[in-house]
Amino acid sequence: MWDVNELWMQFEIMILNKGESILITFPKQFLIGESCLIIMGELAAEQHAKYILTIEKKKDDVESVLMEHLRINGAYWGLTTLDILGKLSAVDQETVISWVMSCQHESGGFGGNEGHDPHVLYTLSAIQILALFNKIEVLDIEKVSSYVATLQNEDGSFSGDKWGEIDTRFSYVALCSLALLKKLYKINVEKAVRYIVSCKNLDGGFGCTPGAESHAGQIFCCIGALAITGCLHHVDKDLLGWWLCERQVKSGGLNGRPEKLPDVCYSWWVLSSLIMIDRVHWIDKEKLVKFILDCQDKENGGISDRPDDAVDVFHTYFGVAGLSLLEYPGLKAIDPAYALPVDVINRIFLN
Amino acid sequence: MDWDEEEMEVAVSQRPEWSDVTPVPQNDGPNPVVPIHYSQHFAEVMSYFRAVYLADDRSTRSLHLTAEAIHLNPGNYTVWQFRRVIIEALNADLHEEFRLIEYLASKNSKNYQLWHHRRWVAEKLGTEAAARELEFTKNIFLNDAKNYHAWSHRQWVLQNLGGWEDELAYCNQLLEDDVFNNSAWNQRYFVITRHPGLGGIEATLDSEVSYTIKAILHRPENESAWRFLRGLYKNNMQSFVTNPKISTLCLNVLTSKVNPVFALSLLLDLISNGFEPNQDLKNAIKAVIPESNSEDPDISVTICAILEIIDQMRQNYWRWRKNNLHSQVAEGVANLYIH
Repeated sequence: MWDVNELWMQFEIMILNKGESILITFPKQFLIGESCLIIMGELAAEQHAKYILTIEKKKDDVESVLMEHLRINGAYWGLTTLDILGKLSAVDQETVISWVMSCQHESGGFGGNEGHDPHVLYTLSAIQILALFNKIEVLDIEKVSSYVATLQNEDGSFSGDKWGEIDTRFSYVALCSLALLKKLYKINVEKAVRYIVSCKNLDGGFGCTPGAESHAGQIFCCIGALAITGCLHHVDKDLLGWWLCERQVKSGGLNGRPEKLPDVCYSWWVLSSLIMIDRVHWIDKEKLVKFILDCQDKENGGISDRPDDAVDVFHTYFGVAGLSLLEYPGLKAIDPAYALPVDVINRIFLN
Repeated sequence: MDWDEEEMEVAVSQRPEWSDVTPVPQNDGPNPVVPIHYSQHFAEVMSYFRAVYLADDRSTRSLHLTAEAIHLNPGNYTVWQFRRVIIEALNADLHEEFRLIEYLASKNSKNYQLWHHRRWVAEKLGTEAAARELEFTKNIFLNDAKNYHAWSHRQWVLQNLGGWEDELAYCNQLLEDDVFNNSAWNQRYFVITRHPGLGGIEATLDSEVSYTIKAILHRPENESAWRFLRGLYKNNMQSFVTNPKISTLCLNVLTSKVNPVFALSLLLDLISNGFEPNQDLKNAIKAVIPESNSEDPDISVTICAILEIIDQMRQNYWRWRKNNLHSQVAEGVANLYIH
């Protein structure tokens, strides 16, 4: 009988040997039947790590101006990708941490860069980056969690900042931040959950506000928030599971809404949602792995939205994180709700 | 004039009204994590912006500078926010904002800040803004009928400023342009469930079912229309099972030799809620893959077996449906009695 674990172990050995050829003969069905063998060796992990570590040298990158205000997001994407690839130690953590802390505003929240206004999105990124380095304790946890808690509105929803834009993205981000800080009791969780449930649609999905169209990104936020608060029983799992697996198109990639083009970022939003509601076996995982691998720049590293497009750090994260969710060998496991490596989450909640 | 393309070519330091301001450059630290390459002009504008932001300089020149900075990077919410502070302080003309927003939207309409600013302006203007806002989103939909931000804005306008009157007709129009437009189907559901004058889903059920059936017969591979139809009966299983129009629709789709996945799936739902298919329907189901020649007395098993074959990518889902048929039927029939 063919043992999946054993096969994977042998592959990990190959990876550990850095590609030095070890001749292992596999029965033919491994090559064709499950088709995983051919796919397995194809992630250009070294190049992706190098790509992230050397982004700074790309002086002609026109995107960089547009990234300026969300630099802390970019740092989270890049650093988490490096950790999944097992390369986080290549980063000077002292420099990163002192820069992250310089983005903190006197209110307790974090801006996207030094001197920028605080926003809950960037506050979560800051907490996540510190969690990666096991340094959450450098925060004034009371102050940061109070900042997040003040963003809750009377109906349970969350605003992104004090100026009031409301979106279920912010519900997720606030709940995830507070859970990582172990301060969920500072808000009204029941109302927060009720608001999210009010955004549920006829297809089982969720939108940004009540009545808004289901969208895979928003679904991730709502399912993630419900998972973090232990409230997944509010989800119509079978109905939503079918909608999510309908997102897989012929090329194997996933789209975010009906009739839209596939995009590597949905390998994260859709997959993590399917895992949280325990329905990930309903899609064709091998075809999805192939789609993600087809979006790599194998020479210079990085992953793009679709095959042959330009790579960026955002899609590199979603591609690598998606492969991690698909249990691709050689990658650290990532937690589908907290979007951090499982060992980081265990360190926070089990220790 | 809020910002001027020609003026933007002149360095800020060369403009007389800025001679008294010392720019504050961005401090990226010695070893930035995600270092940013700034164009010289962008760096200069942002340095002057930081100076006026730190000095809380709520003046006309600052207002102009925010427009210039937004023009260079429409995603920086600190700049947008300071712009709103200045507008309030100067009591500036809100209609000027539309020009800036519409110009930026023509370049990239998928920017959160732009929509947030638009809503802020509309909220300040109140109901007088409703017609203009509906028209604005309509123009966005001409190029991108599924723009998520624009739909979100439109729903906010309807609920807060009004303008519901023609919304169902607008959905008709969009679906006529593209019957696969899931955003328009979602909006349709939004209208029939929230329009203050339509009487809700009960009052509109018959006309909506007829409309949707027509749309499905036009393009039976349309996931959105099938889900909409199912959604109309979300809390009304009894009529779902007993309305002969629904089973007739399935029969028509199956016999017309087009993509049968959604018809078969809906039939599975009907049967698991207590519906009993007649012989015509059973024959049509079996005819989808005549060579399979399934002899299973339970027609639901046959449906799942067919779906496993024709929708191979999701075969695990259909297999799961097959393995859970009995519990689904029991649950469905129990629901019927409750209703």
